[in-house]
Amino acid sequence: MKTTRRDFIKISALGLGAATIGGSVATAATKSFFGADKLNKLMTKRTATYCEVCFWQCAAWAYTDGADNIKKVIGHPDDPHCNGRLCPRGTGGVGMYNDKDRLKTPLIRVTDKNGKQTFREASWDEAFDVIAQGMKKIAQEHGPECVALFTHGSGGKFWGHLLKAYGSNNISAPSYAQCRGPREVAWQGTFGEGLGSPEPIDIRDTKCLVLIGSHLGENMHNGQIQEMSDAIDKDATIITVDPRFSTAASHSKYWLPIKPATDIALLLSWIHVLINQGWYDKAYVEKHTYGFELLKTHVKDFTPEWAYGITTIKPDVIRKTAREMFNAAPSVIVHPGRHVTWYGDDTQRLRAVAILNALLGSWGRRGGFYLSDGISLPQFPHPPYPKPKRNWKDAFPGQYNLADSALANGICDATLPAASRDCTIKGWIVNGTNLIFTLPNIENTKKAIENLDLLVVIDTMPMEITGYADVILPECTYLERYDELRTSRHRYPTIALREPAVEPQYNSKPGWWMAKQLGHKLGLDEYFKYNDIEEVLDWQLKQVGSSLDEMKRLGVKKLDRDAFAPLYFNENEAVEFFTNTGKIELYATSFINEGFDPMPKYTPHPEPPEGYYRLNYGRAPMHTFSRTANNPNLTDLMDENTVWVNPKVAKVWSLENDQYVWLENQDGVVTSFPIKVRVTERIRWDSVYMVHGFGHKNEKLSRANGRGASDSELITNVMVDPIMGGTGMRGNFVTFHTKKPAKGGLL
Amino acid sequence: MRYAMAIDTKKCVGCSDCVVACQTENDVPIGYCRDWVVEVTDGTYPQLETEIRSERCNHCDNSPCVRCCPTGASHYAEGGIVLVTKNECIGCGACIQSCPYDARYTHPDGYVDKCTFCMHRVKKGMEPACVAVCPTKCMYFGDLDDPNSPVSKILKTRKFKVLAPEAGTKPNVYYLI
Repeated sequence: MKTTRRDFIKISALGLGAATIGGSVATAATKSFFGADKLNKLMTKRTATYCEVCFWQCAAWAYTDGADNIKKVIGHPDDPHCNGRLCPRGTGGVGMYNDKDRLKTPLIRVTDKNGKQTFREASWDEAFDVIAQGMKKIAQEHGPECVALFTHGSGGKFWGHLLKAYGSNNISAPSYAQCRGPREVAWQGTFGEGLGSPEPIDIRDTKCLVLIGSHLGENMHNGQIQEMSDAIDKDATIITVDPRFSTAASHSKYWLPIKPATDIALLLSWIHVLINQGWYDKAYVEKHTYGFELLKTHVKDFTPEWAYGITTIKPDVIRKTAREMFNAAPSVIVHPGRHVTWYGDDTQRLRAVAILNALLGSWGRRGGFYLSDGISLPQFPHPPYPKPKRNWKDAFPGQYNLADSALANGICDATLPAASRDCTIKGWIVNGTNLIFTLPNIENTKKAIENLDLLVVIDTMPMEITGYADVILPECTYLERYDELRTSRHRYPTIALREPAVEPQYNSKPGWWMAKQLGHKLGLDEYFKYNDIEEVLDWQLKQVGSSLDEMKRLGVKKLDRDAFAPLYFNENEAVEFFTNTGKIELYATSFINEGFDPMPKYTPHPEPPEGYYRLNYGRAPMHTFSRTANNPNLTDLMDENTVWVNPKVAKVWSLENDQYVWLENQDGVVTSFPIKVRVTERIRWDSVYMVHGFGHKNEKLSRANGRGASDSELITNVMVDPIMGGTGMRGNFVTFHTKKPAKGGLL
Repeated sequence: MRYAMAIDTKKCVGCSDCVVACQTENDVPIGYCRDWVVEVTDGTYPQLETEIRSERCNHCDNSPCVRCCPTGASHYAEGGIVLVTKNECIGCGACIQSCPYDARYTHPDGYVDKCTFCMHRVKKGMEPACVAVCPTKCMYFGDLDDPNSPVSKILKTRKFKVLAPEAGTKPNVYYLI
């Protein structure tokens, strides 16, 4: 921000030296001179951004005062992700910028002559030199494919570009195999395409919304929460299946308090009822689907009475809710969920969900699933990427062929040396994801890290993963940087811009700049033939008839839908689906080709042993995973998690509200920190529940350190989905310790 | 003119966005709040009911806080909004004791602070920050004397309740049930 002559006089009039202009002293002085109201009026400027506190990426305006303080972040009214309303995390996003515990300067791991390792503050140049040296060495000795990228969030594209230019395509995001992967594969196997983000779900106009363990309202997927509220206004029927009386359950007409791990039995029974009663969209099924008769035979015996014995959901409730779905059809959504890596048969469970939607004819119909549209921007010109000789999949011959993205856990496992593997990964670049908390089985992750020659972490905060890094690169927050343009698909295409609202604090830098600098050190200048990101963004925007200037003015640009691509299926038109048969596959031919069941089956899962309870975990609306656990604004709303315990269980263990306990799982792993008990009727007696992302062990996180317990520590039993490699994490059972156990946790 | 708010407990998910939005809009220091979220669960598993609601000053017609204020700092402003004049407040805390809703707190600068219905925004024709930000659009604000205001309209069509009616404070925050 330019300092004007006027600012100078005001500040010096308050007795502060001219030399202090722009610093924090000047800020305080300006504030007290004016008072908040006048300051807002006189000096507010707004800059376009999109939120980075979660993956929903709502577009917003960041408002700054004349002294470059970010005053507030307000949702962009033209953005379909948020419709002018951010969620608490977006509203409190400024806490990410203000957090005094941020990473401030590059750090390099050094070992002194006594072997003691510490981090040393370094210049950017030094940091890039160390990384470039490490990467060159790995490329020479093992091949560039042996460096992998883990990424979550916006800067990932720049690091991905760098890695591809360097010669590796081992690029993964935990949001796939630790989260929504099974759903994507199930949808591809059924409808021939995945769902992506935001999901093209027409909740706004639905008459019936079915949530299977999806806790909308606690997971703050902004646009969907907003539309669920619209649906409630229009008196839509909400059916929630959850062993816990979630917020969504409390807003539902039907709550089905299912026994955990039995969802497939309920889904099969619903399919049975729809088919046997003729409660399905006959015309749609006939016209668009493949394998109906096979499905009918398959579900013949899955009666509600059969399902009752498994799920504890009464047969009449199963029939009644099936009827509600049919009454609403095709304006019905059996929600595919988001975090669906539960029991290792998740792709099949989501196949059952997809089949239900197909029978009800909701795919491509108003109030069901709309057909999204988006714009793809051309990449800034660069030479073709070198072709990598191998990738992580070589470590798993013949497996996970249906996975359409790299598995973060697969790359982690391929880092562990094995006689059978010829590509052991030697270097990790980790961008914006705290792998210690993100990947299940912490011990395994740590073992993999021990085998690395190079670990580079890019983050804004000193998350646990930074403690293992060789080099830490402090990224500035989303409010201080340009990023790639947001072009996610929706009811209509949009482009959203993120530009810096203020200059980066400390010695932090944007990801695009880091990738370009490192590219230079690696001799990859031809892949970065631009001076700065503004040049790239302007070039990209000009290819589609806009410009950086226009986007700075608009923030979000709404584009017209492709004239030949309607929002819903045209009733009289033939539709070609991208499956083997060109139809919606109730019977999945792509699955049978890979040796998997073409139609979902129910298999019982292990139950908790005596004295143990199934560990369920989820989200709180004011937090995103572990990344917000230190945000001053958001910890003010919730600064620790609790373990939900049914009163019957509390009685057995003599537990009281607000008492602290340690949890131990079936493998004898104990939480590093105690967690507060919340005795509540809202949880079943056979399970406990806690919010993910707490229980940090890092003194540098002053607000998060030691607050609450980490579910990640307790997830040592991982049930891998044979179809796409997702990590099922809900097969862990815990018991209570009221006194601190002798052994410590894994952190 | 009578300003009032209605909050739909059937839509509120308790996300606390109203709390952060208020804090940032009104420079409420971290650790303090002018509005907050309450969850009440009744019943035994699986026969349960949970009500989630965003609470704040009720801007009562018959405000014990205004009556008990020794300096007149607590007062009724335009439209019945209950306000505290900072520099007249001696921080005695009588109003905090008298409020049945626990809606007031002592600001670290020594005066008593509370919800103002974002009067500075309302004057400009804007909604209070909490209402404007709410992702579920579960809050309605406006003038009860205007039959076309969002709050008048919703109260005409929905069942509602007020908090602690037995206190006789005649609150102006309504909960749709």
